Amino acid sequence: MSRPDAQVPHYVAPIDTTSVPVDVVRIDAKRSNLWLDAWRDLRARPMFWVSAAFVLLVVVVSVWPGLFTNVAPNNDCQLANSNGGPASGHPLGFTRQGCDVYSRIVWGTRTSVIVGLLATIISTVVGIVMGAFAGFYGGWLDSLLSRIGDIFFTIPYIIAAIVVMSVIPVRNEVVLALAIGAFAWASTARIMRAEVLRVKQSDFVMGAEAIGLSRFRTMLSHVLPNAMAPVIVVATLSLAGAIVAESVLSFLGVGLGGSIMSWGNDISQAQTSIRTAPMALFWPSLALTLTVLAFITLGELLRDAVDPKARAQR
Amino acid sequence: MAFYILRRILQAIPVFFGATLLIYFMVFAMPGDPIAALFGDRTPNPALIEQLRAQYHLDQPFIVQYFYYITGIFRLDFGVSFSGQPVIETLGRTFPITLRLAVMAVAIAFVLAIVIGLFSALGKGGIFDNVMLVIALIFVALPIFVLAFLAQYFLAVQLGWFRPTVGAQNDWGDLWLPAIVLGFSVYATSMRLTRSSTIDTLNQDWVRTAYSKGLPRERVIPVHVLRNSLIPMITDLGTVFGVLMVGATVTEGIFNVPGVGNTLYQAIIRGENPTVVSFVTVFVVVYVFINIVVDLIYGLLDPRIRYVSS
Repeated sequence: MSRPDAQVPHYVAPIDTTSVPVDVVRIDAKRSNLWLDAWRDLRARPMFWVSAAFVLLVVVVSVWPGLFTNVAPNNDCQLANSNGGPASGHPLGFTRQGCDVYSRIVWGTRTSVIVGLLATIISTVVGIVMGAFAGFYGGWLDSLLSRIGDIFFTIPYIIAAIVVMSVIPVRNEVVLALAIGAFAWASTARIMRAEVLRVKQSDFVMGAEAIGLSRFRTMLSHVLPNAMAPVIVVATLSLAGAIVAESVLSFLGVGLGGSIMSWGNDISQAQTSIRTAPMALFWPSLALTLTVLAFITLGELLRDAVDPKARAQR
Repeated sequence: MAFYILRRILQAIPVFFGATLLIYFMVFAMPGDPIAALFGDRTPNPALIEQLRAQYHLDQPFIVQYFYYITGIFRLDFGVSFSGQPVIETLGRTFPITLRLAVMAVAIAFVLAIVIGLFSALGKGGIFDNVMLVIALIFVALPIFVLAFLAQYFLAVQLGWFRPTVGAQNDWGDLWLPAIVLGFSVYATSMRLTRSSTIDTLNQDWVRTAYSKGLPRERVIPVHVLRNSLIPMITDLGTVFGVLMVGATVTEGIFNVPGVGNTLYQAIIRGENPTVVSFVTVFVVVYVFINIVVDLIYGLLDPRIRYVSS
């Protein structure tokens, strides 16, 4: 008995001898990855160089303020100079207490940078840890961490910092940075979680698990490095946010102690003489605004550079 | 839809308790004696301290204290401010003024944001678009109190268009200057949101369909494009409210508007911690509530949201 299918005539495709076009890997092509692409995009934009130069200036001033002014910190205040205009050696005039406005701005830079950096490091590290564990492990851990994040997300961080700072008797840069950073991490965690969820689907993550890497090692060395781009963008932007938060809190009188030189304190102290000596209010405000503007511009250019969707909208 | 509403409200319950517990913990479990802090440098009478301890339930364990505090919130009892007035009465007096200010600010911000954002998106990459983006970037970077001082100095002191402070006269017309300042603190983000969502919508199939069936631009843009572009604005309302809370505190303080924000501002600079905590609690409760409402509206507007499992 023959098999029924043996009688069916089979169609056999002729063997095609022409060469099939194959996607060849061009080994002479430029190397390309997310960060290289971003760098090529950034370096062609003049605004990137302007804001990067300003950020560099802010960093240099905060590390070596002595290079930019001869007046020692909190020194040379003479009430005789109260609200005085520009004089030789004092290009921006004097505050109500007769202190040199320019030197206070120079020395106050360090305060803003310290608070901004510390608060951002705290919020970014906490946000990365919370977001990564929630996104990578999922399940009950995700539910728990995400609900904790929701709670912190519900309280705007400036409002939370107002509460913390009005209770704590010590008001220095570290305490203020802790108060801001401890409440600003929730949005970083959300972004980190979403990005980890996306990266987790990649083939290389399955590959890492297939060759026997532990879950934790997979997360640490394969998922995290590939999920960092949005977090780095957010960190740049939250640095600007933390600098603003410091000045708002100092302005409200619950930020840094009055003896610490900061732009927020200077603006707060100068507001009483807005009619008679507006320039003492104007200069620290300008320094603050330009610094924030530089960080925000840098952050947004970076976001556009690592996010093709944002690039398409330009 | 009912399931969606129920789920959203159930999700808000742990958040509400967590947030109030967190605020309460921050204030009353911190190092330092909150009662001693009330008296500043003075040494109070020990009998008075005992009485105050009992009044604030500080002689009880932490969780019992929190229980008293949270049941108080449900009875709308937010405590007593320093002047001896119940916080809820102060709120009743100041809230209408802040509401008026917030409505004006949001109206200014949204009208400008929608008009400018739409035209920016339509002329993407053009001169108008680029100028408006730079202006928006500057407003994003301007801290609210710097903006307030600039407006106060130039528009009120120099040009004399407005009175520099508001004070007792706080009718709609008197609130223009603080409303403009508060509005511009919201404007930039809203304008950019309108712009980017309009650009997204312009590339959608239904817009191409609308054009290809011969509808004129005057009908496609408002009906097919703008209406769909506004959904992200609504979901952003929760964030806007957060910005307004901080903004109102600073703006009302600077322009002396007798609203909720100014009361909080005065309490902060005078160091009246219990009042600060009461007001922050009110803010957080309202914030949780607004976010639920925003999510429900979002669910109504965009059916896809309702069916996404969490």
